[in-house]
Amino acid sequence: MALSSRASIGRQRLAVVPAARAMASWFGHVEPAAKDPILGVTEAFLADPSPDKVNGAYRDDNGRPVVLECVREAERRIAGNANMEYLPMGGSMKMIEESLKLAYGEDSEFLKDKRIAAVQALSGTGACRLFADFQKRFLPDSQIYIPTPTWSKFPSSFLHLSVIANPMFFLSHHNIWRDARVPQRTFTYYHPESRGLDFAGLMNDIQNAQDGSFFLLHACAHNPTGVDPSEEQWRERSFQFKAKKHFPFFDMAYQGFASGDPERDAKAIRIFLEDGHQIGCAQSYAKNMGLYGQRAGCLSILCDDEMQAVAVKSQLQQIARPMYSNPPLHGALIVSTILSDPELKNLWLKEVKGMADRIIGMRKALKENLESLGSSLSWEHITNQIGMFCHSGMTPEQVDRLTNEFHIYMTRNGRISMAGVTSGNVAYLANAIHEVTKAN
Amino acid sequence: MAPSHVQEPSADRRLSTLVRHLLPSSPRRTAAAAAEDSSATLESSPTMASQGCSVFAGLAQAPEDPILGVTVAFNKDPSPNKVNLGVGAYRTEEGKPLVLNVVRRAEQMLVNDPTRYKEYLPITGLADFNKLSAKLIFGADSPAIQENRVATVQCLSGTGSLRVGGEFLARHYHEHTIYIPQPTWGNHVKVFTLSGLTVKTYRYYDPATRGLDLKGFLEDLSSAPTGAIVLLHACAHNPTGVDPTIEEWEQIRQLMRSKSMLPFFDSAYQGFASGSLDKDAQSVRMFVADGGELLMAQSYAKNMGLYGERVGALSIVCGSADVAGRVESQLKLVTRPMISSPPLHGASIVATILKDSEMYHEWTVELKAMADRIISMRQQLFDALKARGTPGDWSHIIKQIGMFTFTGLNSEQVAFMRQEYHIYMTSDGRISMAGLNAKNVNQLADAIHAAVTQLK
Repeated sequence: MALSSRASIGRQRLAVVPAARAMASWFGHVEPAAKDPILGVTEAFLADPSPDKVNGAYRDDNGRPVVLECVREAERRIAGNANMEYLPMGGSMKMIEESLKLAYGEDSEFLKDKRIAAVQALSGTGACRLFADFQKRFLPDSQIYIPTPTWSKFPSSFLHLSVIANPMFFLSHHNIWRDARVPQRTFTYYHPESRGLDFAGLMNDIQNAQDGSFFLLHACAHNPTGVDPSEEQWRERSFQFKAKKHFPFFDMAYQGFASGDPERDAKAIRIFLEDGHQIGCAQSYAKNMGLYGQRAGCLSILCDDEMQAVAVKSQLQQIARPMYSNPPLHGALIVSTILSDPELKNLWLKEVKGMADRIIGMRKALKENLESLGSSLSWEHITNQIGMFCHSGMTPEQVDRLTNEFHIYMTRNGRISMAGVTSGNVAYLANAIHEVTKAN
Repeated sequence: MAPSHVQEPSADRRLSTLVRHLLPSSPRRTAAAAAEDSSATLESSPTMASQGCSVFAGLAQAPEDPILGVTVAFNKDPSPNKVNLGVGAYRTEEGKPLVLNVVRRAEQMLVNDPTRYKEYLPITGLADFNKLSAKLIFGADSPAIQENRVATVQCLSGTGSLRVGGEFLARHYHEHTIYIPQPTWGNHVKVFTLSGLTVKTYRYYDPATRGLDLKGFLEDLSSAPTGAIVLLHACAHNPTGVDPTIEEWEQIRQLMRSKSMLPFFDSAYQGFASGSLDKDAQSVRMFVADGGELLMAQSYAKNMGLYGERVGALSIVCGSADVAGRVESQLKLVTRPMISSPPLHGASIVATILKDSEMYHEWTVELKAMADRIISMRQQLFDALKARGTPGDWSHIIKQIGMFTFTGLNSEQVAFMRQEYHIYMTSDGRISMAGLNAKNVNQLADAIHAAVTQLK
């Protein structure tokens, strides 16, 4: 029968060219040559208008991606020592426990009382999606308020082929809640004139929303504006939320990465917890541990009591099971290895502070450069804003000039990824920005 | 530019908010007051969403997943002789989980490579992994691959691939009913229902013969609507272990193509069933060879032992390269609001192995060893039952293939075996052969013998 010959189609062995193995290479030890300072800048920008860089994957002062030393060490410990069995549906208990300590506080009473329903999730996106599906299932009449702007899609005029490949360009809170079929609205956030927070507008929207609405809050380092409320402003929001019985859902993608201090970056969450809110929280290790592709995150919901937490967790698992059964192991192992080992945890704290400090330093340098160039505009917002991104306030036309005349890439809403700024290019960047923004 | 809006001192603003809430309704006032006094009790603030008033208060605990629940119960059992024949994860002869040597090697290579970064994968996943996975299941010289008609996206193992495929079909395919075999893996129904498809069944297993009910299978598909989606287990049917023969597959294929039905293959055991990757892919390749379209959910959980790393791929074989391109772009729209991009580690291990001919070969050897051990356990169990003269025809144990055997035991007998012999399996009588070894096969044979003779 013809089928038997068909059955022999596809050989036992794939006809492949043996892969070049890094460890067998003769040239593995050769370092790249030092770059010409000016050309190096443009080359860096040209060669790497990288979607990753533009979209907030961290780069060191040489413009290179970074794998944290604590992560490398964790991987060395894991390789060969851990088996690869399925995690439970809810994920790694150890990773969850450590994640909750980070978000809620080491000595949190909620942890002691086992009141937090928590599952490991596919980074921040996965956590948001689980929550959105959960919200739809158990509170089908609820809606979600998302800040304007939020982490979102970029105007298509910027897109070119390599950029399209990157998921961050297309991903947004809006898409997540839309696919979960939860009706959404926006609330005021950014104040363009001051490049700061439109606090009055924000409080107004909170008050005018129907009682018991769900709000998506960026815990720190608001993406994409970099504008965070002050502590006092957070307290007022919390107060207003209480009055309106709103549900606060925190998306915390930058804990530790914003100020350099994870405790400080969780302040908003702690304020809401003190005030008695029963929050939801999405945590991601993509940026603060540099685990981007490992998809490591956690979703938690603070419940009335332990019994309810067990029930809520069981329902979250029911949503995860028909989506992916159980979450991926490797990222969870890295996170729990690091956070549960005091030495590795200290190393991580040091490294995340290093990343945050570099960004903060670049903000300062950029602002100072602009001021010393004699710019008449105020650039306070550069250092007032926090996190990976700076909302420069430049117009699309000015951004186009930056691209065309200076080969500097940023999104047309004027958002700069500070990760791309280095001590080698900050002067060049400041000069370019000054050129396109100065009055003529 | 200086901030252009005027800010009241924040304490003043807070007070004015408070004042607004002090007029005129008293419950609000209480709420406001209570917010200032953290020791307020629930009774004094009935309208406040505070401790004891969760918005999810009415939520009930979900029932335990029947399959994973078996392991939960097993873990609780203090008996030193307990045997877990529930979850389908491979175990060695010593009853231990196994990480393949070739996987360890790949893992070490990745760890030792200082040039590797952990950046986001593209939405569709690791490109090498996708190409190699398609080649693995369809064959390196598959016409569909040569003609660029295959759209592949990396997904979270088999489950993720099924879900993404289901969601895609719910959005873009004209028929929204999927036919699944009776019985099938417990999670299939939920996956497809949540995808937005209507789930119906077709007859598959014949309890009388403990084999395939081909007649019922073909009849049910004949009466299904034209263009319906049909889920097919590529090999090693879960939970029954009953696979169609090549000749039976050909009948199924002809019927399906004559009704323009869309095959959706679930391949969780390629290489693991017979020990041969090509042989276990025959059914799939037959459908590709006729030039038609199909969906393929592929998992590396078992055949590479990568369970917890969640490695899989969804491939859609399309009519043309142009269609494949567009299909891929739509698949991205499904995955990105779910997970953004898939996890890196497991896919990197797979790609490392598949692209290196020596490592690939090592993998086939280890894979065959796993399959051979399972096949040997089938024989041992069959022999043990024969030796005890256990009533009934137990030949299905050696006729069935893959990780699981559908024993034919009923739920009462299953409960009895759990109680009296500390043997754990799902209540449908499915046992995972991987959990068996020379030490416990006799215990199982004893238990089956007792259950069958004492409970009818």
